[in-house]
Amino acid sequence: MINLLLFPVLIPFLFATILLFFPKKVKAQRIMVTIGLLLSLISAIMLLIKVKTDGVQAITLGSWAPPFGITMTSDMISALLVTSSIIISLFVVWYSFTSIGEDREKAFYYPAILFMLTGVNGAFTTGDIFNMFVFFEVLLMSSYVLIVLGGEKVQLRESIKYILVNIVSSSLFVITVGYLYSVVGTLNMADISVKLATIGQSGIVTVIAVLFLVVFGIKGAIFPLFFWLPGSYAAPPLPVLTLFGALLTKVGVYAIMRTYTLFFTTDVGFTHELLMILSIITIVAGCIGALAYFDLKQIIIYNIVIAVGVILFGASTMNENGMLGSVFYLIHDILIKGALFLLIGIIIKITGTSDLRKMGGLMKRYPVLAWSYLIAAFGLAGIPPLSGFVGKLLIVQGGFEGEYLWQSIFILASSLIVLLSAIRIFIYAFWGEEKGVKDISIKTYRHLLAPTICLVIVTVLYGIGSEYLVPFMTDAATVLLDPSVYTDAVFGGVK
Amino acid sequence: MEILMSILIGFLFMAAIYLILSRSLLRIIIGTGLLSHGTHLLLITMGGLGGKNAPVLSEGVTDYVDPLPQALILTAIVISFGVTAFSLVLAYRTYKELGTDNMSLMKGTEDND
Repeated sequence: MINLLLFPVLIPFLFATILLFFPKKVKAQRIMVTIGLLLSLISAIMLLIKVKTDGVQAITLGSWAPPFGITMTSDMISALLVTSSIIISLFVVWYSFTSIGEDREKAFYYPAILFMLTGVNGAFTTGDIFNMFVFFEVLLMSSYVLIVLGGEKVQLRESIKYILVNIVSSSLFVITVGYLYSVVGTLNMADISVKLATIGQSGIVTVIAVLFLVVFGIKGAIFPLFFWLPGSYAAPPLPVLTLFGALLTKVGVYAIMRTYTLFFTTDVGFTHELLMILSIITIVAGCIGALAYFDLKQIIIYNIVIAVGVILFGASTMNENGMLGSVFYLIHDILIKGALFLLIGIIIKITGTSDLRKMGGLMKRYPVLAWSYLIAAFGLAGIPPLSGFVGKLLIVQGGFEGEYLWQSIFILASSLIVLLSAIRIFIYAFWGEEKGVKDISIKTYRHLLAPTICLVIVTVLYGIGSEYLVPFMTDAATVLLDPSVYTDAVFGGVK
Repeated sequence: MEILMSILIGFLFMAAIYLILSRSLLRIIIGTGLLSHGTHLLLITMGGLGGKNAPVLSEGVTDYVDPLPQALILTAIVISFGVTAFSLVLAYRTYKELGTDNMSLMKGTEDND
């Protein structure tokens, strides 16, 4: 089964294509999309086990020798990311059954999700820089469709801005690839890594590194480039927002981690320090946003920005603990952001508003929702047995080891603000006098709660079982810290 | 030749950025068109403008142009074509729904939809 690493990309693509044929049959669509995602999940888990036992998997399409064909590479971090993105999509689709509404379901909603998953998984798995651009476009195109689907005024308005920003950043991506090609003369990521190592410290390579930071920073929402995110993400309906918030920025973060560990390791003093400074300012900006709003969506959206900063700080320290921590935190953040968005989705459904000041006292009537929100909020902040703890602990430890004292203190302080912003939602929405409660049918409530609680349980298990995950995470961090493991796997595969 | 192309591409980028920063939606889309033209020209320039013959295998031809940038550009062209078509339709739809193509009016909160 040498093609195993292609299955998480191909299965969603296949099912998306099949789903295009019968858009009006909602029931069949639902069944097929669930089957497709379950099959992808199985293949992703098999891939995870395969990578764990046999090391990095690489395949060059069409049996061309490595630098000449398109290589698909699955190391531990990409296998983990692929698995968690499929898990999130599965829960979001389950949640969509009750919340998205039939009109949208009939308008190619599920195929768009599956095409987006194809793009996301492809971007995580690819080993070719131009192919990564193509997969970025696949996921962006589907995200354009998802953000505008339904055609409400606010969606139209915000999607124009979203598309414009992404067109510019995609052009910049192609420009950067062009520059890189003129320097190294290859597009295969492993080959670029080898060639750049022989070129050594050169001005143009640093410039290209910064250009890549700008490109992926726009996708991943780091400090001066996150301006598009709050407006655009608030526009689409909640399941779509969940999918975007959990997956899209993480693709940018993954791409930064990949390029900055595989390509640009010769001038670490400049590039990684820049990355570190930007990540700290990203955290500060996110914290300000998270405290400033009384809007449920905006608070969690700014928490995405904070998390991006934390992950990139861990990656920029370039030591063992920092990298391990950021891998832990990356997966944690995908899961917990998914859970939180689904939870606030239920709150918004119950109260009919996303303004915190117009709601209150939900605790009495919806205790299960309240407690699971509290657990998710604690997980987000990183209270010990829950999921956010280990990642942040290791990142801070890596920061102290690298003697980045102030930066690490910033990370710790940001946890307090994250906790404050999340608890504020809890206090406003669940405590006090009951107000703004609309009666939604108990059936709808249960149908929305089921996937949400399952996802919260997944995050709790991720926290409690982190000891069992350590070997996987260590493998991921090892490949990131030592590019030769990656390049050997690509060039050793075909002899 | 590469210098000349670089200057031309620079002008294209300049015009594109100027147009993208303007208010009218249609000007912005024209700007993105110019931006992608510049990008594609940049790709072909960065691949090197050497070589005498088109990269088609035929007898007696040894001095080829680098075929890889051409393939990349072809891919990038169709992608940007798709995105441009989408954004044009979106702009049309937005104009019909919101009644304006002025970007500075497309803001605000829930209240002034």
